[in-house]
Amino acid sequence: MLLGKVIGTVVATQIYEGLEGVPMLWVQPLTKEGREKGAPIVCADGTRMAGPGELIYYEGGREAALLLEPWFVPVDHAIVGIVDGVDVPDWKGGPE
Amino acid sequence: MIIGKVLGNLHSTIHHPFYGNRKILLVERIEPDGTPLPGYVVAIDQAGAGPGETVLVLDEGNGARQVLEDKDGPVRSVIVGIVDEIATA
Repeated sequence: MLLGKVIGTVVATQIYEGLEGVPMLWVQPLTKEGREKGAPIVCADGTRMAGPGELIYYEGGREAALLLEPWFVPVDHAIVGIVDGVDVPDWKGGPE
Repeated sequence: MIIGKVLGNLHSTIHHPFYGNRKILLVERIEPDGTPLPGYVVAIDQAGAGPGETVLVLDEGNGARQVLEDKDGPVRSVIVGIVDEIATA
């Protein structure tokens, strides 16, 4: 899994069957110190509770497909959970 | 598998049910001599690892599901060992 920050939501009413109603969030990948790195990606929100500004951890590939209910809908990134706290000495990524 | 150093814990109350009461650690990748690399993984701890320890991380889904005994588990990175020493030729 990797860390990311939710920076927006993506609405797609015309979407592949099985993905209707699955929240799609705009996520900025983070480094191990919490800094922004790389291009943002779209993650299906397995928790259905993550919102903009929140720190999350996400998974890719087959594991992303397994995170959703029912699983094996075609997603390549999905949010596993929301981070409440990070006990890491030089962490700079919040949550605020 | 990859070699890493545990940087610390992540606390999370809202997550996929599979991750309930599991320890989740932030692990940075390192060279055999301990030099940190930019890469990292967030992994489930199955070896009782703590911050600062060098660990062995299984970083592949099928193996992770086998370790955690759940054929449908949405998991890829699992700490499976604590490394005492790395002897390079």
